Amino acid sequence: MKILLSKPGLDGHDVGVKVLAYALKDAGFDVAYTGLRKSVEEILEMAQKQQADVIGLSILSGTHLIIAEHFRNCMKERGIQIPWVVGGNIPARDVDPLMKLGPDKVFPTGTQLKEVVEYFKSLT
Amino acid sequence: MTESTKKEKLKEVFLESGIPVKPVYTRKDVEDCRMEEELPGQYPFTRGIHAEMYRKRPFTIRQYAGFASPEETNERFHFLLENGQTGLNVAFDLPTQCGLDSDSPEAYGEVGRVGMTVDSLEDFEIAFQNIDLNQITVSLTINGAAIVLIAMYFALAEKWGYDISQLRGTAQNDILKEFIGRGTWIFPVDKSVKLVVDTIEYCAQHVPKYSPVSVCGYHIRESGANPVQEMAYAFCIAKAYSDGSLRRGLDIDEFASRLSFNFDIHGNFFEQVAKFRGGRRLWAKIMREEYHAQNDNSCWLRMIAGGGGGGLTKEQPENNIIRSAYYALVSALSGTQTMALCSYDEAYTIPTEKAAELSLRTMQILIHETGVCDTADPLGGSYYVEALTSRFEEEIREEMIKVEAWGGIEQAIETGKIQESVSRQAYIRETGLQQGTIPKVGLNMFVREEEAKPVDFHPYNEEAANRQIAKVRRLREHRDNAKVNKLLAHIREDAMADRNLMPSIIAAVKEYATVGEVIGVLKACYGKFQEPIFI
Repeated sequence: MKILLSKPGLDGHDVGVKVLAYALKDAGFDVAYTGLRKSVEEILEMAQKQQADVIGLSILSGTHLIIAEHFRNCMKERGIQIPWVVGGNIPARDVDPLMKLGPDKVFPTGTQLKEVVEYFKSLT
Repeated sequence: MTESTKKEKLKEVFLESGIPVKPVYTRKDVEDCRMEEELPGQYPFTRGIHAEMYRKRPFTIRQYAGFASPEETNERFHFLLENGQTGLNVAFDLPTQCGLDSDSPEAYGEVGRVGMTVDSLEDFEIAFQNIDLNQITVSLTINGAAIVLIAMYFALAEKWGYDISQLRGTAQNDILKEFIGRGTWIFPVDKSVKLVVDTIEYCAQHVPKYSPVSVCGYHIRESGANPVQEMAYAFCIAKAYSDGSLRRGLDIDEFASRLSFNFDIHGNFFEQVAKFRGGRRLWAKIMREEYHAQNDNSCWLRMIAGGGGGGLTKEQPENNIIRSAYYALVSALSGTQTMALCSYDEAYTIPTEKAAELSLRTMQILIHETGVCDTADPLGGSYYVEALTSRFEEEIREEMIKVEAWGGIEQAIETGKIQESVSRQAYIRETGLQQGTIPKVGLNMFVREEEAKPVDFHPYNEEAANRQIAKVRRLREHRDNAKVNKLLAHIREDAMADRNLMPSIIAAVKEYATVGEVIGVLKACYGKFQEPIFI
């Protein structure tokens, strides 16, 4: 399974997403990373090009609801139907509103690495 | 049981930097140290940059704070001045940090979210309204777009009739660390360094009391680096800016004393103290022996050293109050010039006023009740601390040689070598914390069931963002656009001719060219950084 981890928006905090990338690689996944400050459109293009099976969005600046909504709309427009997940600095009270925007899973603040790895294993 | 088998039973101890620790240190461990000759205020300044240290003046307390709009920032300035304070750190929102105007499509949803928005000089005029710029020192926490914001501050001062040769203040303006952590880079590495050097050169010649750069080991450490790497990478970065400035024909003593540093404190107590003492000695030697600095203050490792968020936990957050008090003690025992502490609730939410006040009180108790300010370098002469100090000096130097082997700091950043080494360590540390091999009270030992923490952000103020967007659009209609375009063309010419950009940027922002427009011109000339992906 190919996982594309991404950093949408202007937020430059990438320690978490890189740590997760290493953890997923150690667990045997094929992982690609977009790098910082990618637009939703760029992320989807990379996902198609690299034939990703799942996309992860890492957002720590508080813009998760805005970005997730835009992401959902762009996926619809392009007819892309693959699982996507959101993680980062996500307050617990935003988990439900976020889930309503269509991601397959939200990993709020404080999620353990192994929980995320287990989730991706459950997709295979 | 014989003595030797007893020894074998003691567990081995290694510091985070990989240095082994003996169960006891004696005079033998410091035979090579010249500790009896070293004095505070004397080269190589291991024991502190001033002779009397805090006896004369305690360290400065400076807390970081973000306010969304220029209007709120102005209110805060007035409040601080009325309460006898003279300095403020200004945080900027992400569009400003990345050189985008509020109405740029990429800025959508980010305007005013994590700090003050600045589109043009108009915003600075509001933020500093009725403030005597000679009375305050403003610290601009800006990197990618730093040259524009620094130019804007000088433009404001000139416009209001101040003599900029007397102007004080600081800017973070350390772009190389942004490539390693924090991530608000814009231009390719060499052009990014060129812009920093432009500000150093301009300040040395026109604004000599201004500190144009604060080199940040802090963010490098927060991104995963160990304490040796934190210092080594910061020194490599400071050397890169110095080398660039020397190539402009400046003398080292014309700018070195205005370079300052920002470091992180968490982890092993003695390791941090040795890091600062050894680092201070090494930096002094680098400045004197390699750069031939004549002035003592060119050799000073002037620093802000504060308790880092990396040591705090979301679990049992009250424990962070205790941790922060230790970090503050480390900072004072290490001879810092300025101190800042993260609030105990900062690991999971926006600090409450109560938490921010506790941080302030922690530092005040340290100054007034504990006696740490009575005598300079109270740990000086300890066998352990002195031996470790010398070891740190060596280790930092070796780590710097490693960077040289990667082709120097700029190349090591372009290829991603540094970023990879730092993020690998972040992974090892995170795994260690989650598996419990790195002990952390409340996280992986002495854990108790806790209620979920109220993680929170400032609610996004869409109305305020729209007001800001309307403001910049109105500005573009009402300013003298022919003049602005001509001045932007000047910046382009200067960039292509590789001249110092400060004069043309100051001229353009005086006529209300926006941050996004100036950065846009430079993007067209320089291109953008291509981030190396090593995962």
